Amino acid sequence: MLGRTAGNLYWMARYLERAENTARLLGGTYRMSLLPRDDVGTSHSWESLFITDAEKQKFLDTHKTFAPAAVITYLALDLENPISIAASIRAARENVRATRHVLTAELWESINQTWLEIRAMTYADIKDMGQYEFFEWIKERSHLFRGIVHGTMRRGEAYDFWRLGSFIERAENTAQLMLAKVDSFQGPASRQENAVDFYQWGTLLRSVNAYKTYREIYRGAPEPRKVAELMILKPDMPRSLRSCIDEIFEILNRVRRNTESAQLADVQRAMLITGQVDKIFRSGLDRYLTNFRTSANHLSSQIQIDFMMVR
Amino acid sequence: MAATKPKRGGKATPFDEMHLAGGGVRKAYAKYADWLHSAPPHLLQRKHEQADILFRRLGITFTVYGQEEGTERMIPFDIIPRILAADEWSHLEKGCIQRVDAINAFLHDIYHGQDIIHAGIIPAELALTNVAFQPQMLGVDLPNKIYAHIAGVDLVRVGEKDFYVLEDNARTPSGVSYMLENRQSMMRLFPELFANHAIAPVDRYTDHLLANLQAVAPVGVDDPTVVLMTPGVHNSAYFEHAFLAMEMGIELVEGQDLFVGENGVFMRTTEGPQRVHVIYRRIDDDFIDPLAFNPASTLGVPGMLAAVRNGWVTLTNAIGTGVADDKATYVYVPEMIRFYLGEEPILNNVPTYMLRNADDLKYTLDNLAELVVKEVHGSGGYGMLVGPSSTKQQIEDFRKRIIAAPGNYIAQPTLALSTCPTYVDSGVAPRHVDLRPYVLSGKQTRVMPGGLSRVALTEGSLVVNSSQGGGTKDTWVLRA
Repeated sequence: MLGRTAGNLYWMARYLERAENTARLLGGTYRMSLLPRDDVGTSHSWESLFITDAEKQKFLDTHKTFAPAAVITYLALDLENPISIAASIRAARENVRATRHVLTAELWESINQTWLEIRAMTYADIKDMGQYEFFEWIKERSHLFRGIVHGTMRRGEAYDFWRLGSFIERAENTAQLMLAKVDSFQGPASRQENAVDFYQWGTLLRSVNAYKTYREIYRGAPEPRKVAELMILKPDMPRSLRSCIDEIFEILNRVRRNTESAQLADVQRAMLITGQVDKIFRSGLDRYLTNFRTSANHLSSQIQIDFMMVR
Repeated sequence: MAATKPKRGGKATPFDEMHLAGGGVRKAYAKYADWLHSAPPHLLQRKHEQADILFRRLGITFTVYGQEEGTERMIPFDIIPRILAADEWSHLEKGCIQRVDAINAFLHDIYHGQDIIHAGIIPAELALTNVAFQPQMLGVDLPNKIYAHIAGVDLVRVGEKDFYVLEDNARTPSGVSYMLENRQSMMRLFPELFANHAIAPVDRYTDHLLANLQAVAPVGVDDPTVVLMTPGVHNSAYFEHAFLAMEMGIELVEGQDLFVGENGVFMRTTEGPQRVHVIYRRIDDDFIDPLAFNPASTLGVPGMLAAVRNGWVTLTNAIGTGVADDKATYVYVPEMIRFYLGEEPILNNVPTYMLRNADDLKYTLDNLAELVVKEVHGSGGYGMLVGPSSTKQQIEDFRKRIIAAPGNYIAQPTLALSTCPTYVDSGVAPRHVDLRPYVLSGKQTRVMPGGLSRVALTEGSLVVNSSQGGGTKDTWVLRA
């Protein structure tokens, strides 16, 4: 397979995963916004969706306040914003368009259809459709894309590079989601059992579809360390860092042995296998997650060097 | 010049593909006409809408140049087919093969012995000073002596037996994907019509294409790697490039994916460099190699020309093929047929005025309102004047351009293109059509039955190019 084609598949998967994650994030926030402020606190405000100061500033360059309609429009529909859902779908579609000859017609049809629909949408349409339904629609489309890939794509290189992109992006997003709430993870112990936290952890878990899993494994109300353990270390939780890196490690070793990227993945995997949540908290969750993101970025660059003729 | 004089456009009623002049329907359309006349209007409307959805979902688009960058549009598809009887087709098929065989013989000759010039049949300056002539290809031997592996012969019909060739499109003709997709869509939309007509299938086109491409691999290569080279996703025909690569199961490469290495051309793959032997390139000569041609090209591959000259790789169509299909060389194709094949041309050329000749120039300038004027190197319907449908101002503007560089233009009488019933806003109405059959050479010269019928959707318009608002139709060749 052409290195460039592998790159297109990889990025297509990343953009689609990103669109889904943004929808999850927005959906969780929307859900919180419906509850009384006294019960949920403010850290789930629309403003909290912007993690870095730079992202905040960029939004404020064109908007006065973090009003719900403005934030939803910006993160869901604004094509000028490269991380919006619509822009992600557009970028995914461009990558599909460049690799249509290795993809099934169904995949192109469904991505193209989604793009044609979201391109024409305004905030009024989202309101009309129902915000919750809109986020569900994005998630459903994402499930559909994934289902088509699983159900129709030959298990070959194309499939492998697609999956690599999905898992890198997913790991990245899980780390990012936790970093956004890192203050509440590390807050004073006294604060950790009030209603605010209950809702916060609930929403965080729900946004990665892990609420039920948590209840199953740990029983009882969500606690920060257990939530962190689930999202970082549990190999059987499909959005955890560990399970993403496991998949990446497995794929890289299958595609071609002894690449530098496979070695990097091996190191990261070892770190997650031996990781203990208490140690992570002792040395600082934010440091841990920031380090993880740095190595994930490094791994992504190395994958592109090894396979996609990026020099 | 052609022996028969074609009918002029304008007042005379053009040939109707379906209906006989005195009422009634031509034989090839008999069953279809019965169906069409009994079909309720809402059915046609519904099929029309379904076709639209089908094409949009499949993403069958092309990019329009000169508009906002990346503007994608669909070529309108008409649900009423254009139908040819077996004997009509057989005549066209022979004629197309004859032309392309003669063109390939001409190209080999012009880059080798130049017998046709020595024989005084084609003026030396016409061929050798032609911008599409590539002296770098002189003396280079190509596999099977084929230059134009893929050609699209544009035909128009003015009478029951009168077909004219407008041009031979021997460089990188496009549109074949529409021929294939149109057929797929028609079979999905009207299965019952396919059940009661014996329609010659076209879907083996890509198999034949691949076999032909493999047949022209460099000597000694048993299992050649064939790739399709595209200028990229922003090219107007990108959809087609991807479609053909997918149908043939070959890599779709861009210039950046290829490099010329030791004794070969290679593509960069996930497993390292891999040798390629045949490149079906959909990129113009000018852009193929920045070292040999346009140095500003970022689409090409440095050293490609040298690789071709060394016989490391076969390019289809060959570099320098354009010298055979510009509108000035076109005039000589009937002579090529006589010279190389010793046959009489089966298909007519349109009488053509060469504006580099003073007499022809004078005649043309005196009769601009009656004529079609084309740029010698133009294509896609850009830069042409259709006299009868132009305003006085447009004609005067064009006159200035001709006078400034007469050698750049040719003129032809405005042909009364035949019409075919077409589904438009007002219902079913006649619209002008042409036909582009695709001719493959390499192993054996052959033509897919039918081709792409293009239709000018605007009432009275004679310009069928998709870039100028034309649409397409499925073309049925009935089995005898």
